[in-house]
Amino acid sequence: MNRHPVILAGLILTLFAIAGSGLVAFTYWQTADRIAQNERDALLHQLHVLVPAESIDNDIISDTVTLQAPDLMGRPETLVYLGRKGGKSVAAVFTPVVPDGYSGPIKLLVAVKMNGTLGGVRVISHKETPGLGDQIEERKSDWILRFAGKSLNNPTLSHWKVKRDGGDFDQFTGATITPRSIVKAAKNTLLYFRDRGQALFERGKAPEKEKKPAADEHG
Amino acid sequence: MSEYGKLVKEGLWSNNQALVALLGLCPLLAVSNTAINGLGMGIATTVVVTLSNGTVSLIRNWVRQEVRLPVFVIIIASFVTAVELSMNAWFHELYKILGIFIPLIVTNCIIIGRAEAFASKNPVGRSLLDGLAIGIGFTLVLFTLGALREITGLGTLFTQADLMFGEGARNLTLSLGDDFKGMLLAILPPGAFIGLGFLIALKNLIDRRATQTKTVPVSAAQPEPTAG
Repeated sequence: MNRHPVILAGLILTLFAIAGSGLVAFTYWQTADRIAQNERDALLHQLHVLVPAESIDNDIISDTVTLQAPDLMGRPETLVYLGRKGGKSVAAVFTPVVPDGYSGPIKLLVAVKMNGTLGGVRVISHKETPGLGDQIEERKSDWILRFAGKSLNNPTLSHWKVKRDGGDFDQFTGATITPRSIVKAAKNTLLYFRDRGQALFERGKAPEKEKKPAADEHG
Repeated sequence: MSEYGKLVKEGLWSNNQALVALLGLCPLLAVSNTAINGLGMGIATTVVVTLSNGTVSLIRNWVRQEVRLPVFVIIIASFVTAVELSMNAWFHELYKILGIFIPLIVTNCIIIGRAEAFASKNPVGRSLLDGLAIGIGFTLVLFTLGALREITGLGTLFTQADLMFGEGARNLTLSLGDDFKGMLLAILPPGAFIGLGFLIALKNLIDRRATQTKTVPVSAAQPEPTAG
């Protein structure tokens, strides 16, 4: 045995690598479905806050389109969730990224109803300063909730700014950059929706009944 | 004191890994911003250190010295990944907060430290107990530091307790009143260092008091004017 310590050592190591991978594989196998379900539930929960569950009847998580508008959405490709009821368009939930936050990108969900008003805005992730910029979080202050019901006419386009810049939206004490960037992102999303919102629903997959053949086509 | 009692006392107090050995500072400082975050990280670390201690002790006699450390690393990494997946499955909300720190348990020196220094030389029962005691000692520090930072920084205690204990725990959250806006520094990373410094100072103070009380009869027999 001792004449081949390296081989023996290698064998032991291999054995443990296999056992370790086995444990991980088994755990993954046991938890994968549940994790996928958790992520789906979490996303659905967020979407339903902005687009109430009773106002739509389609599978909003699967009914999506991808658009290219880096100048308005802050990312090369933006996913949009489409809410419909009885085949009629109800609301679109955009996933823009705010590139000009105080520290790092801020990921948003912005819901726009068909009449051009905001269903609401929520922050998905951010790295803003705790205690200052993080009041954009729903649980820290009600600032983000005030977007609901706003549109490009309310306030008018020239007032889609924070108060310090002569607009209608509050900034925070000690933090102007963060709210300014989010107001801008919400405005940009509304602008996109005004010009090309309707087209998104036509591009998106057709309602439930025609869904299956469409899915087959794309293989 | 029994052998097992000594192990528990060392893990919780006299050899507390966070306050005495100053190991595992990265997760300690990073996730101790609220009491619940600290508790979640502490429990995850306790599970990993206990499992890895037990396993390392089981195999201690037939793993060759040359590959000892790589084997420990494989064991620890496997357990951490399993814990991470389980948390994602059963404590999804908490996982979203602690998520990026869970894989870092692999790099927590406490775990490989206990595997190498204790579990590889001791029987399974004692190694499991050592892991448990070390883990709980670490959890207590994380939880205390988290609670202190949360109270001074946010003016609340046990926010987001529902993430760990379910919806019923939502009313566990205590608030010091709406007027208290909190001291921002406590929530930021420097607050973690300052808080840990205070905890270490407090422990040293208690230890010194304890030794002084013990030596009182001695000094009474030989009074010294400079005592105290």
